[in-house]
Amino acid sequence: MGRYLLRRLINHVALVLIAASLTYFLAAISLNPRANFAGRNPPVAASSVTATLNDYNLNPDTPVVVRFAHWANGVAHGDLGRTVTGGEVNDEFARRVGVSTRLLLIATILGSIGGVLVGAWGAIRQYRTSDRVTTLASFFVLAMPVFVIAVTFKLWAIDINDAVGHKVIEYTGEYDPGLTGTGEILLSRLQHLLLPSLTLIVIQVALYSRYQRSTMLDVLGSDFLRTARAKGLSRRAALMKHGLRTAVLPVVPLLVYNVVLLFTGATFTEKIYGWHGMGEWLVNSISTNDVNAVAAVGMFTAFVVLIAGLLSDVLYAALDPRVRVR
Amino acid sequence: MAVQTPSVQPPSQAPAAPGDQPARRRASGRLRLTAVRFSRNRMALFGLVMLVLLFLMAYVSPLFYKWDYTELDFTAFQKPPSGEHWFGTDQTGSDLFALTARGMQKSLVIGILTGLICTFVAAAVGAGAGYFGGWTDRSLMWVVDLLLVMPSFLIIAVLSPLFQGTTWLVFVVLLAAFSWMITGRVVRSMTLTLKDREFVKAAKYMGVPAPVIIFRHILPSMASMLIIDGTIQVGAAIIGETSLSYFGFGVQSPDVSLGTVIATGTPAAPSFPWLFYFPAGCLVLICLSIAFIGDGLRDALDPNSSGAKARAPRTAKSTSTEGRTS
Repeated sequence: MGRYLLRRLINHVALVLIAASLTYFLAAISLNPRANFAGRNPPVAASSVTATLNDYNLNPDTPVVVRFAHWANGVAHGDLGRTVTGGEVNDEFARRVGVSTRLLLIATILGSIGGVLVGAWGAIRQYRTSDRVTTLASFFVLAMPVFVIAVTFKLWAIDINDAVGHKVIEYTGEYDPGLTGTGEILLSRLQHLLLPSLTLIVIQVALYSRYQRSTMLDVLGSDFLRTARAKGLSRRAALMKHGLRTAVLPVVPLLVYNVVLLFTGATFTEKIYGWHGMGEWLVNSISTNDVNAVAAVGMFTAFVVLIAGLLSDVLYAALDPRVRVR
Repeated sequence: MAVQTPSVQPPSQAPAAPGDQPARRRASGRLRLTAVRFSRNRMALFGLVMLVLLFLMAYVSPLFYKWDYTELDFTAFQKPPSGEHWFGTDQTGSDLFALTARGMQKSLVIGILTGLICTFVAAAVGAGAGYFGGWTDRSLMWVVDLLLVMPSFLIIAVLSPLFQGTTWLVFVVLLAAFSWMITGRVVRSMTLTLKDREFVKAAKYMGVPAPVIIFRHILPSMASMLIIDGTIQVGAAIIGETSLSYFGFGVQSPDVSLGTVIATGTPAAPSFPWLFYFPAGCLVLICLSIAFIGDGLRDALDPNSSGAKARAPRTAKSTSTEGRTS
């Protein structure tokens, strides 16, 4: 088991390194940072543009391999390079991971719990109205691209704000920078958190409840649950202690996998609600031809996939005795 | 696993046809049975009718609708829906119904093409890896792992400047290139079990070349899975296409897709909500009807795989590709 895991780990790390390098190559070939300086007023001299780009290791005229070597050397020493505006990618990276964490923490917890509960509830009440409604609702949500959900929520929030007369629900940014006083800042943060969290929660509940419902349905027909009832447990106790606990196990690794992936996956939510997190960086770095930032996001995404995969494998082994024994 | 005795099985769950019947009769009987089962599923039937109507709207309605999607009506700017302009007009006086129909044409074509290519690649690679085994298997699965780690959204977005000004077919290829891996893995594991079956061995010892065995004996045996998966991939591709196009990374400007129509409508949507709700509503209806059809096909073709068994392990790792970027 140990050697198997180690071999997989080495293989995965190699994959991440290759994925990151490929991302860098593609970004370096495809994006043109020089375009950022075109159309400036007053116009910037070509020589000074070249000098700046050389400085940041972004000059498209330098052979890609040379740029890559420079970049890879920096990454090996923990330096992700400079952004197209001259900042350190490292600083931006740290800031954005913080923003994404603050956005995702509450949303993923509530979304996971909600998904498990809704799914289990639907399974227990299979084919009744409540089950049909939740199933239909989750189909509906999953059929919507995230940007449609996010924009719809935003439009509703605007309508509600108009109806109330002042801004109750905020829909841009993380907080209001003009405020002072702990209470006010906290309230403002909560106001800003509401819509993006709601978007993420709705999506997660819809997704996870589908899995939870089907695993729960499998468990409901099982012999051990009948035994539990036969030995005199109440329906409720049997369902909670024997049913749900067993049915949650296969869903947990999946949940963890998805939650970890959200770190760069919350692109649309962050972009539409103006949160400056990792997901927004993904879109912005491409539109500003920011090669080093794109490479950083790409590497982080590959890394996150790796962590998510390993974590869900380990959890699977830890939670399911049958896997552990093998 | 509980062993099911035939007497407990409800009649609808009985296998499609006993294996010892003549092949011709089994095929036609199977088809009819599938059709009957499908039409008994009200949601699936609703999805099919809906999708046909949407296809008619996209391809037939422009033939007799008064406005062309390139025409501008200088007497109607930002006008709400009316008899003259069914979905209203935007700030330049373009008719939104004509634009939406045009966008749907492209989105539907992209979705179907991507679904087809992706299913074909998954079938060919998965079956090849499973059938030949050894180094073929190892290297192909390594490619699958690598593509799974690569951030697909980021890569396609990064490459978008390169296919600007070329054809949108490049975009289709890219979308397909990043969505076949999970299906490929499933095909591979199904091939591994089919490889040892008598009919495959018989063909092999009679000297039938490997490609023929794969395409004539192995892949038809998993046709139902491929059909179901292909349907789901079409929906996923449409969501992926519109999401990328929404940020300007997908379909480029002379072409119109639902994503670009929604993206141009969104900024003005708070004051002129029809610019967002109509095209977004059409998009949701397309994806919803495809999801219903896929679900109905699963029930009809593969009645023993109750959601969980067929889906949970597969989607456990699919999320990175499936593009559930929130």
